[in-house]
Amino acid sequence: MSQDLDASLELEYGTENAVLPFLRQDRIPHIWCPGCGIGTTVNCFCRALSDSGLDLDKVAIVSGIGCTGRTAGYLNLDSFHTTHGRAIPFATGLKLANPDLKVVVYSGDGDLSAIGGNHLMHAARRNMDLMVVCVNNYTYGMTGGQVAPTTPIGPTQTTMPFGNFESPFNLPFLADACGAVYVARWTIYHVRQLAKAMREGLQKKGFVFIEALSPCPTLYSRRNRLGDGVDQVKYYKERSTIKNGADTKEVGLGYQGDIIVGKFVDRERPTWLDSMNSHLTKVLGDRFQTYGAPNGKD
Amino acid sequence: MEATLQADPRGVLTGVHFIDGDHAACEGALAAGCRFVAGYPITPSTEIVERFASRIPTVGGIFIQMEDELAASIAIQGAAWGGKKVLNVTSGPGLSLMMEHLGYAFITETPCVWVDVQRGGPSTGLPTGPAQADMMQIKWGSHGDFEVIALAPNSPQECFDLAIRAFNLTETWRVPVFLMMDEVVGHMTERVDIPPAAEIEVVERKWTRKRPGEYQAYGTTAEDPVPEMIKAGDGYRVHITGLTHDERGYPNLTPAAQDRMVKRLVNKIRLNADKIVDVREDGVEGADVVVVSFGITSRVAMAAIDQARAKGAKVGSARLVITWPFPAGRIREIARRAKAIIVPEMNMGQMVLEVERAVAGATRVISLPHAGGTVHEVETILNAIMEAAR
Repeated sequence: MSQDLDASLELEYGTENAVLPFLRQDRIPHIWCPGCGIGTTVNCFCRALSDSGLDLDKVAIVSGIGCTGRTAGYLNLDSFHTTHGRAIPFATGLKLANPDLKVVVYSGDGDLSAIGGNHLMHAARRNMDLMVVCVNNYTYGMTGGQVAPTTPIGPTQTTMPFGNFESPFNLPFLADACGAVYVARWTIYHVRQLAKAMREGLQKKGFVFIEALSPCPTLYSRRNRLGDGVDQVKYYKERSTIKNGADTKEVGLGYQGDIIVGKFVDRERPTWLDSMNSHLTKVLGDRFQTYGAPNGKD
Repeated sequence: MEATLQADPRGVLTGVHFIDGDHAACEGALAAGCRFVAGYPITPSTEIVERFASRIPTVGGIFIQMEDELAASIAIQGAAWGGKKVLNVTSGPGLSLMMEHLGYAFITETPCVWVDVQRGGPSTGLPTGPAQADMMQIKWGSHGDFEVIALAPNSPQECFDLAIRAFNLTETWRVPVFLMMDEVVGHMTERVDIPPAAEIEVVERKWTRKRPGEYQAYGTTAEDPVPEMIKAGDGYRVHITGLTHDERGYPNLTPAAQDRMVKRLVNKIRLNADKIVDVREDGVEGADVVVVSFGITSRVAMAAIDQARAKGAKVGSARLVITWPFPAGRIREIARRAKAIIVPEMNMGQMVLEVERAVAGATRVISLPHAGGTVHEVETILNAIMEAAR
């Protein structure tokens, strides 16, 4: 377990839930199934927001489509529920138009790594100043449990009715290879570490990629006789090993196999906007209008 | 109504220029206050983004070349919600990829201008040859019901002028507005007069004056169907979604909410079409034959009309400067008096369908299709006029 956990992450019983102010309470109840882990990640995210010290008026959240894509709609921030796979390019435009925003992309594995895979690669390559939270439940939940680029070899999905035979993505390796400056993976068993990673991600400048493994009891676990959400959390607990700084090549996931979690990458690279400003200042001198005054008012 | 301002002089290249339509469209966008372009190279539109990329560092703003047209067409929308005036530039194959985000811009009422420098299709088609074959795609190409505004320049000067107007229209109505160029108008070089900034009228975004808590992202009234806007970071904590939504912007997936939202969105344009349409007429009153055309084809048509007039034919020209919304009322009036309406266009018969719909059998409608790659022969239009005038 991680050593330096924040006392503020402790849930206090009998008091008002600390995450309530971060939610659009007029949109509750949410659509997520019993045992689903997305809500747990949102809880971690709210605590990370709380601990980050950021002005919440200056935090925007962008989601794509799918179960995790609904996250934007529940958070009491400037929030954008975009098209399937395109949360990252939308967020890119939002961030560049108004650079004093902290822009978070919050979406699922199918949205970010299948239909949106190209955008994930290029935003990481550019070191766009975005924090991407990828909730990986190994499946397409909203559409009924189809195979995803993250589905391990073996389990049955509606479009792999005889078991999946396609190799899955190792998402931390992908993000690392493309240039992300911060890459971490936790499961929803590791709520404190996940919240801490999110807080670090919010405070980090550059492209941050956080993978959160999360059960889909309705469509992934039940179909593969893996029990309910609690059974999956038990699996995360039993089979996870924390290896901060692990070589991301080595953190691929097998079906119900060992899970390596931790903060794998934490490095510095100039962001796209910093690179643009420094390069054009060098080349154009006084003629260049340095870009990025507060509140988008350049 | 909307607040009008003078153009920001930083973006206005006042003077007389000898430039092509692509470059002129870029200058029009800059003069209108466009400060964010996310592009993807595609012939014959690329010169627009190339010019923007070289101009914007000294004007103040962002150009970013994205990984594909899907990304470009949604990055601009993120930037619009970040407070910028934004431009999307492409040609046929790119436009096809962008169709989903046309719908997103419409349902979220995101102000944005789309330039389509049309080339021959289908598919990769004729990358360096002109066409006007995307006219129905922009009207119907995204799924669901939607409305756009489309302008069709016929010269580099108009690429400049109408680009400014496109920005003003998108800020006024909050629908995606198209500048429907073609390869010829994009690549032809002519004189372009750029006036001083003080003489260029620019429509400001319809910023709300309401405070957070009072403001609703899609709150409208019967008198004003266009909602007020905010930008992210101003403390309003809006929720914007491509799902069917209510006045707050919250998803509401009921038939009643769908009915209310879709009707307001399409009626915003349909019920206000008379305020938007623009038909430039020449000699229509008393004409036996009227040529209805748009874009570069209108210049070929005008040459044919001049020759037909020299031969004694009574011919008028009705040029659609704005093609969508379609000026059905005016075309209907013209049809009541003309013996025939001729519709030349660089496609296999698209806008002629609208003309026929408006005319509804009141007069003869003659389609003059052309598959593209070059403009019509003047003689083709001339012969059609002379035969119809007989």
